[in-house]
Amino acid sequence: MGIEPAMSIRRALGLAPRGPHYLFSRHRLLVRVSHWINAGCLAFLLMSGLQIFNAHPALYWGQSSDFAHPLLSMTALDSDSGPVGVTQVGPWHFNTTGILGVSNEDGMPMPRGFPEWATLPGPQWLAMGRLWHFAFAWLFVINGLLFWIYSIVRGHARHDLLPTKTDIAHLPREIVDHIKLKFPKGEEAKRYNALQKLAYFSVIFILGPLIVLTGLTMSPTMDSAFPALLWIFHGRQTARTIHFICAFSFLAFFIVHIVMVVLSGTWNNLRSMITGRYVIEGNKDG
Amino acid sequence: MADNRRRFLARFGAGATTLLLGGCTSLSEQPWVVSLLSEVEILTRHAQRLFAGEHALAPEFSKNDIAPVFRANGTLNPDTTDYNRHAANGFRDWRIEVGGLVEHPLSISMAALRAMPSRTQITRHDCVEGWSCIGQWTGTPLNLILAAAKPTAAARYVMFFCADNMAQEGDPPQFYYESLDLLEATHPQTILAYKLNGQTLPIEHGAPVRLRAERQLGYKMPKYIKRIELVDEFKTVNGGHGGYWEDQGYSWWGGI
Repeated sequence: MGIEPAMSIRRALGLAPRGPHYLFSRHRLLVRVSHWINAGCLAFLLMSGLQIFNAHPALYWGQSSDFAHPLLSMTALDSDSGPVGVTQVGPWHFNTTGILGVSNEDGMPMPRGFPEWATLPGPQWLAMGRLWHFAFAWLFVINGLLFWIYSIVRGHARHDLLPTKTDIAHLPREIVDHIKLKFPKGEEAKRYNALQKLAYFSVIFILGPLIVLTGLTMSPTMDSAFPALLWIFHGRQTARTIHFICAFSFLAFFIVHIVMVVLSGTWNNLRSMITGRYVIEGNKDG
Repeated sequence: MADNRRRFLARFGAGATTLLLGGCTSLSEQPWVVSLLSEVEILTRHAQRLFAGEHALAPEFSKNDIAPVFRANGTLNPDTTDYNRHAANGFRDWRIEVGGLVEHPLSISMAALRAMPSRTQITRHDCVEGWSCIGQWTGTPLNLILAAAKPTAAARYVMFFCADNMAQEGDPPQFYYESLDLLEATHPQTILAYKLNGQTLPIEHGAPVRLRAERQLGYKMPKYIKRIELVDEFKTVNGGHGGYWEDQGYSWWGGI
């Protein structure tokens, strides 16, 4: 009797399908631990990063800031009905009052780039934002390097993450399947599909290093140690702009990642990233 | 059923977010959190020093890169009776006192400073806010002044005391001050600058003399310098953190 309610919950969560199924060991311990440390780091880094951005909410191209011609800016203009937030992207201007340029701080409309709910700390506080940002940047880099070393030495990168020629060939069909929300089942669910490989590989081995290097390029001491950084990224202000784009690429990845996790079986996915075990439908010997 | 679950998840999510955000903002007010996070600054400084070493030079740029208008930030005019009097006669009587842990205390006039060997460099100024500006600076290497003053073996930091009062009107005065360690102070590009883009240093940029420490952020480069003092530590000076902005919570290490 005691097993029945537990079983129905497990069934409702998709952890115990009606048909034949078995548990598959999906993610190793180091992958699981580094995944969650990384998730935490990204939340802190993004929000403290937006706090830092708010100290000068404009982006430029090149070595220095051409104040009259930002690529993007968030400003507050005065109007009869109170301050108006204007976001400029290239030649376009948008009224973004309430979110960008002007938003409430302690209930009062204030000139600020990103709103209070998006920044760490909430109120304008650059010194504290920098402390959070650099502390979690260290954790992000150390965690990332450990994952890199592990995944390269243990073959995780090559076997599980690097897209193969077959993967690339299957890509069009997979895109169609994903649009139809048809996800791999059974044996096929044991490995990453081409879209997953492409996403994970580029986030881990391209976006990750890019955001760290562009971050370091903004440091005047690092520029004296490695002047090549300025050459690679075409100047400190370009590096800052790329850093910003990378941050939002991480956010975009996060959103798609969460949607995919939910659509392809929230609890089974979540459990596999916590305990490592993942339910595969079908019989173990195929 | 599904609706309830969705509502629960939405509420749970909103609640957790509020807790997390509110929590982190109030965590930012806890002294232990601030000091824990500040420890990281030491790690950053050591790591950056490891890579940059003693003499790695900040990148220098060409004349074409010079910004048409160099942005002025912080104090734009100290505007005190004393400062205005100096400004009125072109800072002819301005003197930079060099003292503290030195064998030969100095009092250097602007004329004497200009007569010393100079260095001209086109460098990028990086504000802690995130913007950058390129300008050409001419000044006396701080190294030469320190060599003349002969710091004692106990000296570890060079402190700069300035003429600009940062306090609100009516509050007790808080003059801008800063500090560098000896390694950064003796770096070849660390100069006491008295010219910007070939012209006499304008008041908004720190006339008659400001510091340039090219591997550091802007707040580490005080303007309107009156007194230079060598010390073994700065815990007992003003707020005790080594600089005006440091006393407001900014990191002493301004290399990032």
